[in-house]
Amino acid sequence: MTAYIGKRLLAAIPVIIGLSIIVFLVMKLIPGDPAQALLGSYATPENVERINRALGLDRSWPEQYVIWVGNLLHGDFGRSYILNRPVLDEVLERFSATLILAGAALLICSVLGILAGIVSAVRQFGWTDRIVTFFVLIGISMPAFFLGLVFILFFAVRWRLLPASGMYAVYGGGDLPDLVNHLILPAGTLAIVATGVVARLTRAAMLEVLRQDFIRTARAKGLKEGVVIYRHAFRAALVSVIPVIGIQAGFVLGGAVYIETVFQWPGLGQMLVKAVSTRDLLLVQGGVLVAATVYVLVNLLADVAQAMLDPRLKA
Amino acid sequence: MTRNFKGLAPLLMATALALVAPMAPAQAQTPPNVLVVGQIAEPASLDPAVSTAANDFRIAVNMYDGLVRNKPGTLEIEPALATDWAISDDGLEYTFNLREGVKFQDGTPFNADAVKFNFDRMLKEDSPYADTGPFPLAFFFSSVENVDVVDDLTVKFTLNEPFAPFMSNLASPTGLIVSPAAVEKFGKDFGRNPVGTGPFKFEEWQSNSRVVVSRNEDYWDGPAPLEAVIFRPITDANTRVAEMLSGGIDVLLETPPDNLAQFRDDANYQVMEAVGPHVWYVMLNAKDGPFADKKVRQAVNYALNKESLVNDVLQGTADVSAGPIPPAFNWAYNEDVQPYPYDPEKAKELLAEAGAEGAKLTFLVTEGGSGMLDPVPMGTAIQADLAAVGLDVEIKTYEWNTFLSEVNPGLEGKGDMAEMAWMTSDPDTLPFLTLRTAAFPDEGGFNSSYYSNPEVDELLDKARVSTDHDERADLYKQVQKIVHDDAPWLFVANWKQNAVVTAQVGAFELQPDFSLNLRDVTKQ
Repeated sequence: MTAYIGKRLLAAIPVIIGLSIIVFLVMKLIPGDPAQALLGSYATPENVERINRALGLDRSWPEQYVIWVGNLLHGDFGRSYILNRPVLDEVLERFSATLILAGAALLICSVLGILAGIVSAVRQFGWTDRIVTFFVLIGISMPAFFLGLVFILFFAVRWRLLPASGMYAVYGGGDLPDLVNHLILPAGTLAIVATGVVARLTRAAMLEVLRQDFIRTARAKGLKEGVVIYRHAFRAALVSVIPVIGIQAGFVLGGAVYIETVFQWPGLGQMLVKAVSTRDLLLVQGGVLVAATVYVLVNLLADVAQAMLDPRLKA
Repeated sequence: MTRNFKGLAPLLMATALALVAPMAPAQAQTPPNVLVVGQIAEPASLDPAVSTAANDFRIAVNMYDGLVRNKPGTLEIEPALATDWAISDDGLEYTFNLREGVKFQDGTPFNADAVKFNFDRMLKEDSPYADTGPFPLAFFFSSVENVDVVDDLTVKFTLNEPFAPFMSNLASPTGLIVSPAAVEKFGKDFGRNPVGTGPFKFEEWQSNSRVVVSRNEDYWDGPAPLEAVIFRPITDANTRVAEMLSGGIDVLLETPPDNLAQFRDDANYQVMEAVGPHVWYVMLNAKDGPFADKKVRQAVNYALNKESLVNDVLQGTADVSAGPIPPAFNWAYNEDVQPYPYDPEKAKELLAEAGAEGAKLTFLVTEGGSGMLDPVPMGTAIQADLAAVGLDVEIKTYEWNTFLSEVNPGLEGKGDMAEMAWMTSDPDTLPFLTLRTAAFPDEGGFNSSYYSNPEVDELLDKARVSTDHDERADLYKQVQKIVHDDAPWLFVANWKQNAVVTAQVGAFELQPDFSLNLRDVTKQ
């Protein structure tokens, strides 16, 4: 298993290097530059040149790339041109906010999705199955940003039960209940689509497993139905559910971009959207690099979990 | 198959409870004497020399003072950290007497050395603090040759050429004075640890959550009524409106036009509007294509129903514009020049005279951008009005930065018309950078549609060096008249900034310079 993990980690290195080159090039190739974003209407060639000189952007691209990577290897991600603070500080702060949001959403979608999937598989074509399938379909079809606004309208504006936006209250607050309070709407919204996907796949996986011989054997042994479902069928189904959750982790991280904007959640997605539009090169590069590394690691984790659950993959 | 899954119900319940249990009671109103402002974005820097965004300046103007400032409600200069000043007859030397006994919020004294430090830092590339930049708007003061300390409370600016907008630029946020001791202490991080002389002092900046400032008890102009102000960044306009409706903020800036009516009809809110030095226009390519003919340029000005544009598309958040100088510069505004009336018949006549009926035109439209209001709906409305007089307009849309890099180098070979908007602090800025022959893109200016009239060139050059206020005013009035007639642009709108505040907020006023002055604001 250790060798497997080591191999996978090594394979991730060229992915990340390639990614750093692509991000660097894409940011260079899109029209406009940080000087222009800073100066707006005042971007005369003379002013742009002055700013580029001050930012070190008058050097050649390869030179800039090498300097950037050289600094990265020393743990220096550089300074954001637009935010005037170290890229790493901003990215880590933002990323922990995104992890809280995405983690909560992932937890909700795994728990609810799996439960809903099992219930509707076990009661295939029963009324519970129909109700679950109905809501799952709505969840998958509804655009999350729209749903977010509807939630804000009802829970924050109409009923004033939950805060409309932000991560902590602006005065007081700052503790865990305050965080959870702010987390419910965005995490709930973000989880909805993923819950639907997980529920459908769990249902399909369970249905397949329940038809297999070993389930019949288990039942024939006189095991309680609960034990058959959870101990035997579910465990077997989990092998195909886990990678789906791994993929959903990436989906939730990506979907966080909209949700963060709607709910003003101070996460990485919101930061990246703004950084791209202001051509904040180092911030985009740093942010994408960190997000991509984590994505690679999460997928690795899902694969490892699957390998541990599925004896066929152990070899 | 038995279907006995009672075990599931408690699990589902537990999950639901785990989600709902920590729910706190309904959100309270914001506390008295603490104002919560909903900003449109996270500030980039609170160092006024580094910052370029109106969003940042709304905070900065409350923490710093400049040598001079705009008199509340106007764009006329009044004393601030300087009590009075003298300008030499040749317009090259400005001598300021500084206010006595003013201290920065870190306790260090404000004096002539501090003023010199501020301008040297921005302007001299060999200054020891040049690396605390970059200073994108330092060119506002590029005519400054030298700043000399005459004595502790007297400072003299020497210019390399007469430059009339100098005083307006000193009153702009880029002219705000920062504490030299704090710059020395924090270096590059000064923008996150700002120290000035203003009515509010910096308390904390929690990234992406809030900036808190508290009352400066020793403020030279008397302490402010508010104890503290919290600035919250909320980028999504719908969310900003929702926060206002749910009691999370007291001041809502840049309300979407669609939501204004809702607040107007509600006694719990006050809607504020003010004109600003903003011009929204469509530049017309005077070099090649149909717009090289003045008659065609005038024709489109007649063809556009501007009243409908500002009232229906912009929902009354702007006024119809008459020329390149907005009415907010009241002292330099020519009241006699009226906007082109909506007259499609006249437009058709002019097009027929010019032989440009049914011309095909390419129109560059941006998807967003600073001061651009609702660029895509406005672009399509203009397209429809021009279609009504037989012009075939094709729209091309671009993301803002892409748009700028497309338009700024000039429209030749790319299109016939392009949207643009400017916010400026002096009537000189916009025409000087966009309407002179010497401001063609290849000369480093923004005259991307190649308008050229030697008479206008001369008037603008003269107005820039004149130190006589009335003479300058008269020159700008002439510019407005000639440019209106030449119609190098489709003159469209002057934006009225808006803000919604709760009924508890008092003495709140929007300023024509787009700053957010909270010195006198109260809150119950």
